[in-house]
Amino acid sequence: MTNSSITLSNDQIDELGRELDAIKLRVINDLGAEDRDYIYKIIKAQRALEVTGRGAFYLGFLPPFWLLGTAALSLSKILDNMEIGHNVMHGQYDWMRDPALNSKRFEWDTACPADQWRHSHNYMHHTFTNIIDKDRDIGYGILRMDETQRWNPYYLGNPVWAFLLMTFFQYGVALHDLETENIISGKRKMSENKELWHGIWRKIGKQTLKDYVLFPALTGPLFLSTLAGNATANLVRNLWAYSIIFCGHFPSGVATFTEEETENESRGQWYIRQMMGSANITGGTLFHILSGNLSHQIEHHLFPDIPARRYPQVAPEVKALCEKYGLPYNTGRFSKQIGSTWAKIFRLALPFSSLNKSDKPPAVTVVPEKVPAAA
Amino acid sequence: MTVLAPTRRPLAALRRLSPLGLVEALATPHGVDRYLELVNPMLTVRELRAEVTDVWRTTPDTVTLTLRPTRQWRGFQAGQFIQLTVDIDGVRRTRCFSPACSQHRTDGRIELTVKAHPDGLVSQYLYANASPGLVVGLSQADGVFRLPVERPAKVLLISGGSGITPVMSMLRTLCDEGYDGDVTFLHYADTDAHVSYRDELRALAAAHSNVNVVLAYTAADDGDLHGFFGSEHLESAAPWHADAETFLCGPAPLMASVRALYESIGLSDRLHSEEFVLAPAVVDDGEVTGTVSFGDVRADNSGATLLEQAEAAGLSPEHGCRMGICFSCTQVKTSGCTRNIRTGELHTNPDEEIQLCISVPVGDVAINL
Repeated sequence: MTNSSITLSNDQIDELGRELDAIKLRVINDLGAEDRDYIYKIIKAQRALEVTGRGAFYLGFLPPFWLLGTAALSLSKILDNMEIGHNVMHGQYDWMRDPALNSKRFEWDTACPADQWRHSHNYMHHTFTNIIDKDRDIGYGILRMDETQRWNPYYLGNPVWAFLLMTFFQYGVALHDLETENIISGKRKMSENKELWHGIWRKIGKQTLKDYVLFPALTGPLFLSTLAGNATANLVRNLWAYSIIFCGHFPSGVATFTEEETENESRGQWYIRQMMGSANITGGTLFHILSGNLSHQIEHHLFPDIPARRYPQVAPEVKALCEKYGLPYNTGRFSKQIGSTWAKIFRLALPFSSLNKSDKPPAVTVVPEKVPAAA
Repeated sequence: MTVLAPTRRPLAALRRLSPLGLVEALATPHGVDRYLELVNPMLTVRELRAEVTDVWRTTPDTVTLTLRPTRQWRGFQAGQFIQLTVDIDGVRRTRCFSPACSQHRTDGRIELTVKAHPDGLVSQYLYANASPGLVVGLSQADGVFRLPVERPAKVLLISGGSGITPVMSMLRTLCDEGYDGDVTFLHYADTDAHVSYRDELRALAAAHSNVNVVLAYTAADDGDLHGFFGSEHLESAAPWHADAETFLCGPAPLMASVRALYESIGLSDRLHSEEFVLAPAVVDDGEVTGTVSFGDVRADNSGATLLEQAEAAGLSPEHGCRMGICFSCTQVKTSGCTRNIRTGELHTNPDEEIQLCISVPVGDVAINL
């Protein structure tokens, strides 16, 4: 096992932290009209796809038009949720001071209310990334995604639960902040969820009214055809978003951490946890855009608040830093990353340890600074 | 900045049945204007915007813009200001300007005269780049500096430099109304070339026997008066000032000397003024000074982050990561300057959103909690 242990001194870790801070500062100082033009170009494309999709359903009795409408609306929802919504809500465009793209005010075209997402994702997941028992994105409270999660017979259904989560992903995300698993285990009271439920119902109500009542009704006799198109677009978005997101933290080789390991973590250590706890996907420009640039999950977790179009730009430098410090930079084709994620879902359904050695990430050992040898 | 009365539920339900309500239900969650602006930014349902229709540069450092507002515009009263918003290098910037046109202008357009201040980001941008077709953000008019609804018997308008705009609006408004009381327009500028509206002022004076225009130059001798404001200027320009209402707008030294004189002659209650609010120049020397106010709660600046200071003051503002990545603690800083401890960037604008967990106050700071 050549790669099973990395030893870094505190000095090296601090140095790595400073180098990553410098990359971020350089990007922040360079933000300007180009970034604004970019996101508005994406928004324009998304709105054009949406209008095209909604319009095509008026000819939905002709199969090519139904397919066109469904494809355009699927792409619209994917862009809205990934490259626009997820990234805007991270505060990536707050520096523009544009109320339409403000992280606190933005709402996206999915069931999950934006304010709840910001809590469960921006705060909980991005701060406590891959810390077992703290990052609720590990298995989303319903899956066994790490060996350290104690097995019980419920997990025999791991692949089934994962399939259901994928299919109904927007509702899974919407219910995420309710922390149902903590209610079952008694760590959380039902009453704490009252307000959250209210927000979820209101959002789901608006989304349902739009996609499953009003737009179908506006196409008159084509009600059912439009309804089916809208449902398919929501499903396509669910499959896509689930797959991209699962590739971010669950492919083999991605590390998880314990609370003890991450106590009193320095900024450099936080950066290392973000890098080792994330995985990238290789692909072309269009693929990166449709993934919301979450294909650069490593860069996203290092710098969640810089505009995502900057991730491919800084990726070579991040990769070089990983090489310099001997840290893994987990990346691969979509088929490889999603394949190993599903393999993990199946393997962890069973009680006995069945992960390959190569699945296991190296451990980082921190040694205290060495006293310089006397000359 | 109007505050809308909270909508009652039955009304909201009724509205949903309206055509606009239906369109909004279809556009959810983004709002109708977010779609319309991509077709034509002047096509709005809710947002007030304006298109620049004319641009001319009258003096060496000013630009005069005519704006055509969208239908949401409710008009203004002479002397009031509007907030204008432009995107400069990707960042949205908002500044206050007073319309210079008559409030009775028949085509409903707004005229602004903007002086390009050497350090003025927005004014320099408008001076260099404004051209017909530019669409800007606009607010409804606001401000208590305005002519009383019942016009005073006599009016003295005193201005300096770019402070001319609100009083120019007052003069034009009074002329449009056929006002017949005495009006003196006393304006201070460096030289003749620096007077915006010079020709129009002379023409108004020629056309209205009750209007007297007095131009005072501080750096030239060819004006009606020379030098800075004093009691001689006041006596010569408007000997009847004690019976008039005086409206004043200009740079700080002019405002101060007019105020001091009016106070000494017991006329302060007849003096109405509009101050330019210029962002104070901030020197960040790393010293911990000033007071931090979170709404009604005030505390001495301890030098810690605003989140820590708010918590030390017994408050519990919403927050998350405490390291600047999650944006849960973003709040509006209503005044003062803060420093981002991650980037070192200073935030000096009023009503700017900042992250409490990575911002430290530089001097007095007020946060809207």
